[in-house]
Amino acid sequence: MTVRLSEEQLALRDAVRELADAKIAPRAAAIDESGEFPWDVVELLASHDVLALPFPAAHGGLGADLLTVCLAIEAVSRVCATSGLIVAIQELGGLPLLLAGSPEQHARWIPDLAAGRILPAFALTEAEAGSDAASLRTRAVRDGDGWRIDGSKRFITEGNVAAIVNVFALTDDSAEARRAHRHLSCFIVERGMAGFSAPKVEHKMGIRGSPTAELVFEGVRVPDANRVGEVGEGWSIALRTLERSRPGIAAQAVGIAQGALEVAARYAAERRQFGRRIGEHQMIGALLADMATRTEAARQLLYTACQEIEAGTPLAGRWAAMCKLFAGDTAMAVTTDAVQVLGGYGYVSEYPVERMMRDAKITQLYEGTQQIQRLVVARDVMARGS
Amino acid sequence: MRIVVLLKAVPIVGTERLLDAFRVDRGSGLEANGNDEYVLEAALQLTEQHGGEVTLLTMGPAGALEALRKGLAMGAARAVHVQDDAVAGSDARGTVRVLAAALGRLEYDLVFAGADSSDGLGGVVPAWLAARLGLPYLSYAARIEPGPGGATVRVHRISPTGFDLLEAPMPALVMGTQLLGEPRYPSLRGIMQARTKEIATWSLADCGLQPSEVGPAAASSEIVGATPPPPRGGATIVRDQPDAAVAQIVDFLASRRLV
Repeated sequence: MTVRLSEEQLALRDAVRELADAKIAPRAAAIDESGEFPWDVVELLASHDVLALPFPAAHGGLGADLLTVCLAIEAVSRVCATSGLIVAIQELGGLPLLLAGSPEQHARWIPDLAAGRILPAFALTEAEAGSDAASLRTRAVRDGDGWRIDGSKRFITEGNVAAIVNVFALTDDSAEARRAHRHLSCFIVERGMAGFSAPKVEHKMGIRGSPTAELVFEGVRVPDANRVGEVGEGWSIALRTLERSRPGIAAQAVGIAQGALEVAARYAAERRQFGRRIGEHQMIGALLADMATRTEAARQLLYTACQEIEAGTPLAGRWAAMCKLFAGDTAMAVTTDAVQVLGGYGYVSEYPVERMMRDAKITQLYEGTQQIQRLVVARDVMARGS
Repeated sequence: MRIVVLLKAVPIVGTERLLDAFRVDRGSGLEANGNDEYVLEAALQLTEQHGGEVTLLTMGPAGALEALRKGLAMGAARAVHVQDDAVAGSDARGTVRVLAAALGRLEYDLVFAGADSSDGLGGVVPAWLAARLGLPYLSYAARIEPGPGGATVRVHRISPTGFDLLEAPMPALVMGTQLLGEPRYPSLRGIMQARTKEIATWSLADCGLQPSEVGPAAASSEIVGATPPPPRGGATIVRDQPDAAVAQIVDFLASRRLV
């Protein structure tokens, strides 16, 4: 099968690319340098409906399919990975509601998410529960007609700027529940709820404009109306969310790789050494050829994965893991090679490729490390024999 | 306020090519004329603030559709596309005949046109069209607003000393400049909605015109020659520390008596 983008997908992709080139690209270096969350970019993405893409039309969204959402993430990440992540997190943080939320919950929060009036966060990871996410300790216990949440979360993207946080908490500690993966539940914790705080924001190597927060829950009272899905459905919601959000990170990675490739290609066409353009020297030409080929391969795997997942394949988890794995490794390799093509200029902030290389690294780490993606794929290969 | 915006599809700037017969190649790669996007933006802002609708009107080949779609995505309500093999090669007179005939089938309070098009650069169509239709012509607008009573339109026209303030009864034709303000980017919602908006395709017959009234045979002007601009001379690139570079540039300009 081949992926042909529809006319509408092409029009939307080109519009986002044009917007990103004109309005976000000039901001990218400053966003990285200051490490401050770019609220102006949130406003820009909201006012052009980019944040509305993944949400249903009935609640003010555009009802775009997964591939179209990924095209937008890719187009923005091509010039600024921090800004691309804003689009990806709007989807990630909205997914638990979209997948398991009640009609009342949809009506309450989706219109604000689609309009970009509020930002969401997805809080699964804890200090002692990273790759082994199921072993988390944050606990929710029944308290009258609601719940009381105690614990903490770490490395939560936009956790300190989000208005609503999807918090995954232990609701049944029994060995039986753990075996059946029914030990977790998902709750919406709202900013301003008593006992909820974000005491620390990490100092990071890349995606520096995107705040990564530690979240603390001290006896936070959450009404039962904020529980997403059934009690015990949390783990299932988290996995189904990741099946649709990992392609978003793959899209971010493809965008970063594409951006680095373009800078390297332009440089190789202008820079002259030994009397000719350096791209005409075979060693640099070979680097460019590999960069372009890898980026395109990652893109095609991503697009196919999106279409398979949207079509309801039973292999969604495998497709999501494969495209994120391949795209993340591609972004790392391509940005590293881009720095190599630019030589000393690539290593300094005068050119954007050193930033892109630092940004690329995160795509090998979050939403499951590359090792976890390989584990997912390997288990599936063992189960199916191919 | 019903505003018709004349939106021309031109070859993508920087990719223009001449056909052998001194004609611009409009076979592929068309986009909305830049100046027309500025008057479209002004029209959209006026209708957003004072009510009404914007209709796009173009005369051009099939490839003009993408430019119209962009205008619709920006917020125009509908578009009229006059498309007929016979109009190819029309000069300004033929263009004015077609646009006047098409406007005769539309209801409007105002017609907006950009100062000129990036391919033809004639800049005579707006005034000629106003004259043919007997409409007041307000040119070089830097600002457009409704007059105090609501039955007139007011325009700030750029002048050598500042602005002239013009006011005319509607309907009127306004030719605008880039001082009107930068055109918006279409929102994604606008792009998706644009695909369901009406684009009417009219033939010459629909406009009540005969093929003999347009095209090269009916032209009142003739292009006697066209050549691509000569290549520019070698540029001097100054690469040095800022102070030294500035000194070199100043010396360069001074040697040519430019400073």
